Amino acid sequence: MHIMEGYLPWQWCIFWYLVMAPFVIYGIYLLNKQVKEHRETLSLLAVSGAFIFLLSSLKMPSPVVGSCSHPTGTGLSTVLFGPFITCVLSAIVLVFQALFMAHGGITTLGANDFSMGIAGPLLGYLVYRVAKKVNLNIFVNIFLVAFVADLFTYVITAIELAAAFPATHGGFLISFETFFAIYAVTQVPLAIVEGLLIALVFKYIVQSRGDILVKLKVLTPEQVTKIMEGFK
Amino acid sequence: MIPRFFIKYKLEIIFVVFIVIFAAVFLINNANIQATAKPGQETWQGSDDQGSAAIEATGYTPWIQPIWTPPSTEVESLLFSIQSGLGAFVIGYFFGFYRGKRDSATPA
Repeated sequence: MHIMEGYLPWQWCIFWYLVMAPFVIYGIYLLNKQVKEHRETLSLLAVSGAFIFLLSSLKMPSPVVGSCSHPTGTGLSTVLFGPFITCVLSAIVLVFQALFMAHGGITTLGANDFSMGIAGPLLGYLVYRVAKKVNLNIFVNIFLVAFVADLFTYVITAIELAAAFPATHGGFLISFETFFAIYAVTQVPLAIVEGLLIALVFKYIVQSRGDILVKLKVLTPEQVTKIMEGFK
Repeated sequence: MIPRFFIKYKLEIIFVVFIVIFAAVFLINNANIQATAKPGQETWQGSDDQGSAAIEATGYTPWIQPIWTPPSTEVESLLFSIQSGLGAFVIGYFFGFYRGKRDSATPA
């Protein structure tokens, strides 16, 4: 999903920076509030950020398609801390990769953070709330959130590129098809792996720090006890 | 009655089974791809690079270069490994910390 340095016309770079700005500013505000008022959640915040770091560095082959891509790892922090804080964490990772690996770019940071840090997690969060309302099993819920956040990130990248580079014949839709085939199709198996991994990790978090999940209002104390019992 | 093991490690089992299928499909598909690939053709390319190539195919040239580019793919993979290492370190640190705290709270 990384759009490389210089691969977006400057007008689009500015546009996506303007779109990203309010999310990041509000995210930083929430992040500060979280750290000040709920210090005990800091360790899980670090773990969530670390998952974005870890998963977005793994370039995996997409077995069916024959190309490689990487997961985004944003699912965990979306569930625990919401999409706004996730967009700040993603921006940190994207800057790191842009500066040291020439992967992504500073000019394209707005577009990349919009897809990975904002649009993906926002849709994932929506899925999370709806699934919670209908009392879906929490692990299935987490799987879906991570799967959706990952896959939708790549759909958005395809939309961003199709908007910036509409085909001369057929325009936006034709070039969306091209970019969708490159990005989103490759991503499906990786999004499944990511979803399963995040759901598994969530089990470990429940087992070790269920109390923080209760504080973050992800689970009720009864649910924590029930899950612990279920894995005995 | 399902053995306790399968209930306790349900998620781990699902994950491992999927990874095994994932790897098997990769190996089979890779064999096909390698058999039909023309000499010198790059296989298993990154989707990010394919995206850049598709943009260049429209006649577009990037208007700015990265400030620093890793001089070789080896150096690049080193930097990516450092990134995953940092992430894994933080995750391992806190899970170990939680475990230690839990174990010391319930004296044997």
